[in-house]
Amino acid sequence: MVMGKLVLISRLAGRDIRRHPAQAVLLLLAITAATAVLSLGLVLHGVTSQPYQQTRAATNGPDVVAYLPALHGPGVRPGPPAAAAALARAPGVTGHGGPYPDVWTIIRARGLSAGAEAEGRTQASSPIDQPKLTAGGWVRPGHVVIERTFADALGVGVGDRVTLGGQAFTVGGIAVTAAVPPYPNLCQVTGGGCVGGAPGGEQVPPRDLGMIWVTEPDALRLATPAAPVSTYVLDLRLGDPAQAEAFAAGHSGGPGSAGLSNMVGWPDLAAADGLLVQDEQQVLSPGALLAALLAVASVAVLAGGRMAEHTRRTGLLKAAGGGPGLVAGVLLAENLVLALAAAAAGLLAGWLAAPLITSPGAALVGTPGAPSLTVPIAAEVVAVAVAVALAATLVPAIRAARTSTVSALAGVARPPRRRAALIAISRRLPVPLLLGLRLVARRPRRAILGAASIMITTAGVVAVLAFHVTADRGDQATASGLSDPVVIRDEQMLLVLTVVLLALTALNAVCAAWTTVLDTRAASALARALGATPRQVGAGIAAAQVIPAVPGALLGIPLGIELFAAASRAGRVVVPPAWWLAAAVLGVLIAAAALASIPAWAGTRRPAAEILQAEMV
Amino acid sequence: MNETAGPEAAGGTPVLRARGLHKHYGKDAGLVRAVDGVDLDVDAGETVAVTGPSGCGKSTLLHLLGGLDRASAGEIWLAGRRVDQLGERALARLRREAVGFVFQAFHLMDELTAVENVELPGLLAGQSPRAARRRAAGLLERVGLADRAGFLPSALSGGQRQRVAIARALVADPLVVLADEPTGNLDSEATLDVLRLFDSLHAAGQTLVIVTHDSRIAATADRLISMRDGEFVDQTRLTGGTTGSLGTLAGLEG
Repeated sequence: MVMGKLVLISRLAGRDIRRHPAQAVLLLLAITAATAVLSLGLVLHGVTSQPYQQTRAATNGPDVVAYLPALHGPGVRPGPPAAAAALARAPGVTGHGGPYPDVWTIIRARGLSAGAEAEGRTQASSPIDQPKLTAGGWVRPGHVVIERTFADALGVGVGDRVTLGGQAFTVGGIAVTAAVPPYPNLCQVTGGGCVGGAPGGEQVPPRDLGMIWVTEPDALRLATPAAPVSTYVLDLRLGDPAQAEAFAAGHSGGPGSAGLSNMVGWPDLAAADGLLVQDEQQVLSPGALLAALLAVASVAVLAGGRMAEHTRRTGLLKAAGGGPGLVAGVLLAENLVLALAAAAAGLLAGWLAAPLITSPGAALVGTPGAPSLTVPIAAEVVAVAVAVALAATLVPAIRAARTSTVSALAGVARPPRRRAALIAISRRLPVPLLLGLRLVARRPRRAILGAASIMITTAGVVAVLAFHVTADRGDQATASGLSDPVVIRDEQMLLVLTVVLLALTALNAVCAAWTTVLDTRAASALARALGATPRQVGAGIAAAQVIPAVPGALLGIPLGIELFAAASRAGRVVVPPAWWLAAAVLGVLIAAAALASIPAWAGTRRPAAEILQAEMV
Repeated sequence: MNETAGPEAAGGTPVLRARGLHKHYGKDAGLVRAVDGVDLDVDAGETVAVTGPSGCGKSTLLHLLGGLDRASAGEIWLAGRRVDQLGERALARLRREAVGFVFQAFHLMDELTAVENVELPGLLAGQSPRAARRRAAGLLERVGLADRAGFLPSALSGGQRQRVAIARALVADPLVVLADEPTGNLDSEATLDVLRLFDSLHAAGQTLVIVTHDSRIAATADRLISMRDGEFVDQTRLTGGTTGSLGTLAGLEG
């Protein structure tokens, strides 16, 4: 008995999906988009830890890095302090590299200049923190090895000529390290050049500092009386790496303190390495929220559009002897199949997209690959999809229970609303706007959803514009004119988000227009019978999407600026020029109109007589 | 009492003329001949009733004549102008200016009041809101619903709704009113109201083509055409027509 009912429900649900493939595909796309964005957000957490560990392993990264102030003074030969030897013998330390002299200098290449922390190394490999070469060879006299992100920003490669403190060098290699954060976050942990003095009194902002390696004699030659060897770097290996932070805290003299060492544990370095992705996550979080809202709006519009059809179908099932349970079962089965398929597709899409967005860039060895897709993440995504399916089922199921069979067959469960003021205003408008405004008046909730959708998209676009303007004004750019990888990656992230937002809005616009076409089939056919041209009717349906989009787009401007202000690290925002904003609003509205006109045009292709006959009750 | 009349027998210049009209759906074994070689002339001021069983092609014929659907073959002339080859835009204009439709299901906009429904074709034709409203109010008065102008369709009886629909069909002073089962959804009393209205329209010289399967309605026409399987099988000129005692002819009054 139960088995037979289940078979019947699955057959009816399967047939309905096959009968309306376009509707099923749109619903699938909307839920897939929502779950993909959700998956992406969930799998991003901790995604940088893996590449940092890979780099740490590949370079024999230190557990603790000690920055020891160099000895200076009249008659004192520059050299490592005695503390270096003491630290190397400290309890818990099982190995060390260095100490290496650090000199603060200016690197010039291809017309650009920036501050550089030059670390003097031996030509032999170090047992701890031996930077991993990604191009060229290790240090030798007259040759410099440049940290990869810094080299990218300078635009130099192996064989290029650069000057260090006015002395000519050849770029001998490009390397990555786990001992210092990559450009431009070198000073995110205290030490090295960040506490040194600028040679010749040149002021270089902390974000314009990069890491380079030269031979120790070359490093000492770079030192000048104005910019002597500032610190010695000692890389330490501990017996228990988990004690790195405690060891650093116990032996550190505090930032910039003279005569005492500064210590940095590897967890701090890993955190600083992840700053690039942290910035992206700052951008992604509000972006993902916007995308999820858009996807939910799509689902709501689609569910609303199918309501009339479901009501009529409910009538058929009830007329054939089905009870409310059967009706709800069929609806639930249909939506559940689509939601589960969408959840699977969304999980896969989010999982595959995460590494593209969070690729570690030049600073780290390797890529994170596909982040781990855990059972809780999958469960959360599936739960959201199922919740959407339940929500899409609940309202029609309740209506099915409440609506009489005759009324359901007539499809009168959801009569259009009357908005007298809008109808009165529409009388004075050209025919397409007259029809469009009356369609808006019929379904005000759908119009509000459409306005919200456009508002979110415009906000996203305005946030991107604000980001560009703010970056161009130098708030986030480097003073030296070097390309800032953080800004570049933020731009890439924003581009991805903008594409996602625009795609979802496009889906929304098509769904809303298509739903309007379905909902107003009879009214549109009647308007044609009374003398409206198909073009006027199509334009009216498109206008019904654009009319609520106008206030939505205008509200999106302040929302976008606020959004950027909230996501911006500096919290400062340069408002884009008025004509940029006007162009953005206009572009969004034109795109919405163009997309809405596709289903609107398709809806007017069926002969009016056929529709009126079919709608006859 | 009755006399048979062929397509060429109608006197005067026909307002509406169809020649060799076909409307086919499907193909091969699934071919349906909804309208199959129909010739028709409707004179100015004439009331023509088309009867026949359900599915015989009556409504399809009406839709073809009014430019709501495209014929598979044949010609349609309205006031001496061939209209079957017109584009969608010109057809829309034709429906706006020369044809009025009355449907069995009324097809009123639920969210519009009676007067707003009636003025809609005028607004679609580009009339000023004031002119359209004045015309609509006048027509509602003509159909006896001046006091119901501000009512929504849901607050009107079936007969009242159909009278609103008839008022709407008259907005443009059409050459011909095409009515598809106009009393199909009405009770006897409402049917009589609508018949009286058609009678007054006929008396005013309005050309009417009424599709109906109700023989009582058909009996009120000047000419009765029987249709079966897409073809005209009989045409009869009724000497009494609507100029006789309408209620008696229709069998609705004692």
